[in-house]
Amino acid sequence: MRGKRFIPPLMAIAVWQIATTVWEIPSYKLPSPLQVIVSLRDLIVVGLPPGHLLHTHALYSLERVFLGYSVAVFVGIPLGIAVGWSKRARFLVEPFIELLRPIPPLAWIPIAILWFGIGIKSAAFIIFLGAFFPILLNTSAGVMTVDPLLIEAVKTLNGKPRDIVFKVLIPGSIPSIITGMRIGLGLGWMTLVAAEFSGVKQGYGLGYMIMTARDIQRPDMILAGMFFIGVAGFLLDGSLRLLEKSLVKWR
Amino acid sequence: MAVSLKLFKLTKTFPGNGSLRQVPVLDKFDCSIESGQFFSIVGPSGCGKTTLLRIIAGLEKASEGQVLLNGDVITDNDRRVGLVFQEFALFPWRTALQNIEMGLEISGVPKAERREEALKYVREFGLEGFENTYPKMLSGGMKQRVAIARTLISNPQVVLMDEPFGSLDGKSRIDMQNFLLEVWEQRKMTVVFVTHSVDEAVYLGDRVMVLSKRPSRIMETFDVETPRPRDRANPALIKMREKIFELCARV
Repeated sequence: MRGKRFIPPLMAIAVWQIATTVWEIPSYKLPSPLQVIVSLRDLIVVGLPPGHLLHTHALYSLERVFLGYSVAVFVGIPLGIAVGWSKRARFLVEPFIELLRPIPPLAWIPIAILWFGIGIKSAAFIIFLGAFFPILLNTSAGVMTVDPLLIEAVKTLNGKPRDIVFKVLIPGSIPSIITGMRIGLGLGWMTLVAAEFSGVKQGYGLGYMIMTARDIQRPDMILAGMFFIGVAGFLLDGSLRLLEKSLVKWR
Repeated sequence: MAVSLKLFKLTKTFPGNGSLRQVPVLDKFDCSIESGQFFSIVGPSGCGKTTLLRIIAGLEKASEGQVLLNGDVITDNDRRVGLVFQEFALFPWRTALQNIEMGLEISGVPKAERREEALKYVREFGLEGFENTYPKMLSGGMKQRVAIARTLISNPQVVLMDEPFGSLDGKSRIDMQNFLLEVWEQRKMTVVFVTHSVDEAVYLGDRVMVLSKRPSRIMETFDVETPRPRDRANPALIKMREKIFELCARV
């Protein structure tokens, strides 16, 4: 039954393949799926530029995402809990969130390059910005929606503020925290590829790879790169879904 | 018998909406409850019964007056007082057993010890086979058993119950009433039991206090001298119920 899910995309790919041959769409506009698969293979074994293999591009990208995303998680979750729990923290932090959040992460690229130079730090900073706000906001929303009755229940069991935070607010907001982490990872991943368009020193990264394919006019490789980015993003999200399943058995 | 709980000129006013006029909920409320007594409080909804319990439990501060337990002022989250909520207020991310353990966990009892103690309650409260079930999957009666066990495991001297069976239907309500009496007769803790069911108040209580509408005044306090185990159809109980109904109808 699970296999059925793949039927519509496979049909779409078949239509795409037939369309490119029947209407003779030039491959510099829309390469056929078969061409894309061949190019994907080339990216894996030959690399673009030659020698820069796909998995190395992916590892560089993942490293940038990992760095920026980890900072977003380690800052966003505690800050979100504080903002959700304490009115004073909300008063201090909220205006900044409201001012900074509407700025697209990509708009930070020029200033990030000024601050951190071209390299992993500025890329990670951009990813941090993409992932941070959804994590922070979902965490604080999760904390604020914990049933106040449960806070009273832990108080009547002689719970101190520490118990309220660690035994009620945090476990109660785990589902929202994970939702925030999933949205944050998705946004971080999208932001990364765009951030890499604007230059990376080492000549590696999935975004960099796609820009290289554009420079040498290889739409098949662009599409292969896009496809790979989509699959990788899907797998990253899948790992968080597994985490969610193991942590939120009670729902 | 020794007086356990003493309410002395307890007054509670909530700020009225917008105006300077204050809405009194309790007005110079005096009452003493003997140690080990089953004390029922019955009154119309919105009469301040819940507020009264919340003040005794330390969840809310009285505007004036005080609550003494064996001569000492009850502090915030007093260890000697436990509260059972109408809505159960179980922690949904904790299994039945983990919910029962919570109080001991907060007071730092080692894991093996608190587990053993909680399992005793599981057996006594007829929860075998449901130790590892999350609250979502428990019936209303079972949830309330877990909630009562969770309160009793810390051995409070006074157990406050806020319409604990209000959301249960006929049969399981009667079962829970009898179960509560068994538990109380074994432990002889002081119970302050708030309900809007006159039947329930009279069947369970050693004394029944009847409250008026806001601001709550004590209309009358009845001693229920019918020996236990009681028959619900006992003429003396029926007579007392009628008296209370009559009293309520007069207002």
